Amino acid sequence: MKRIYLDHNATTPVHPEVFEAMVPYLKDEWGNPSSIHWAAREPKKAIDSAREKVAALLGCEANEIVFTSCGSESNNFAIKGVADALRGKGNHIITTSVEHPSVLNTCKFMEREGWEVTFLPVDPYGMIDLDQLRDSITDKTILVSIMFANNETGTIFPVEEIGKITREKGVLFHCDAVQAVGKVPIDVKRLNIDLLSLSGHKLYAPKGVGALYVRRGVRITPLIHGGHQERNRRAGTENVAGIVALGKACEIAMRDMDEEVAHITRLRDKLEKGIMERIEHVKLNGHPTKRLPTTLNVSFMYIEGESILLNLDMKGVAASSGSACTSGSLEPSHVLMAMGVPPEIAHGSVRFSLGRDNTDEDIDYVLEILPPIVERLRSMSPLYAKVKG
Amino acid sequence: MYSEKVMDHFMNPRNMGEIPDADGVGTVGNPACGDIMQLYIKVEGNVIKDVKFKTFGCGAAIATSSMVTELVKGKTLEEAEKISNKTVAEALDGLPPIKMHCSNLAADALHAAIEDYRKKRASKA
Repeated sequence: MKRIYLDHNATTPVHPEVFEAMVPYLKDEWGNPSSIHWAAREPKKAIDSAREKVAALLGCEANEIVFTSCGSESNNFAIKGVADALRGKGNHIITTSVEHPSVLNTCKFMEREGWEVTFLPVDPYGMIDLDQLRDSITDKTILVSIMFANNETGTIFPVEEIGKITREKGVLFHCDAVQAVGKVPIDVKRLNIDLLSLSGHKLYAPKGVGALYVRRGVRITPLIHGGHQERNRRAGTENVAGIVALGKACEIAMRDMDEEVAHITRLRDKLEKGIMERIEHVKLNGHPTKRLPTTLNVSFMYIEGESILLNLDMKGVAASSGSACTSGSLEPSHVLMAMGVPPEIAHGSVRFSLGRDNTDEDIDYVLEILPPIVERLRSMSPLYAKVKG
Repeated sequence: MYSEKVMDHFMNPRNMGEIPDADGVGTVGNPACGDIMQLYIKVEGNVIKDVKFKTFGCGAAIATSSMVTELVKGKTLEEAEKISNKTVAEALDGLPPIKMHCSNLAADALHAAIEDYRKKRASKA
């Protein structure tokens, strides 16, 4: 059976060059980088080099990069770490209602700990209102945490403007850029970002490694206490192979980004156009233009997302949905709900997220199998029967 | 995550459609929670002679709808009333725990259709 992977916002396959780069650190160079003897030398050098590669992609200094275990850890570290370090200065955090659960639920945890949190609403495209952000900042605000791009819809936030506002108001800006790194050029200095989260496995490195950029001078309390690793900011013996992999992935992203983005954008647009031409009653979720090149989120009205995904999976196509049935909860996607999408339309959402290995043939195949799937499910739907009359 | 039986009923649903001159129609669920089931029955004497469904929902919702139509065809109304959501889930070799309460409403739709039938008959009499 064909296997077509259109779920790159969930995770990406490991790039062959990344795999090659990390293997020596699983095999021969297994030393603990903190040791003083021969076994430590090569792993230590490899971590330094990886740190420089990550920093180069973000436009920062190597010593501003802290390696973590994943994007969720980076987000937890940024919010809890800054809040703890600045607890004397204020008690207010601002975020949005469409963040990834690792930001949203960390902020809800902070609320239970006595912090005040503002969850900014979004418009139907998933965009925040910058005036509302500016007005929400008080003298008690210590941190603004807003994602670079939304994982479900791909909507890209006005990060440059957010950075200007936070810098002008003197509050820190944390940006969860897990979905954006490697897909959009990011220069943390130009954008006035103080902390930025990224994750290896969204970037063709393996799971189990991430990083947090912490601008020099930003005070942050460690999340994981212990040894002196990562300049006392993140204890625990380093995941050397994972860190090497992340460094390599960032190096490849810098080298290949322009070409890959052009390729992926073309395929994504072809998929979007093809679906809109072939299938009636389809609604785009997210911003029509300010959107990650990888992401297409559409609702097939009158049918439910999980049943679409199961049918696609039977034909070898992997995608995801904002339907409650795929989230493990009873609620449809909090992102689509915050955008004001009616629940029955949110239940019918499907997210296709493309990657570097996708081809024209993949898209042609999806465009061939999708219309009959939608038609068959609609023929079963009492909601569609009403529309057809 | 679904049993083979669920996938079979999902991919090849039995008795899908509508009965235009149905004797009873039952509708349960709502679009907000992502499941709507509509069940049509044709009754002769005391026996369910024909049954069809239309469902908006996930794999479990469609499979349970299909299964309940198989379980109920040819049964008396009293026998049909004894079929519970649990009976339907068991006939499908079980459902994932999260689906047991959200997408397992097919028997409720059946009971609603029987109630509708009884009401209509009472009003005719």
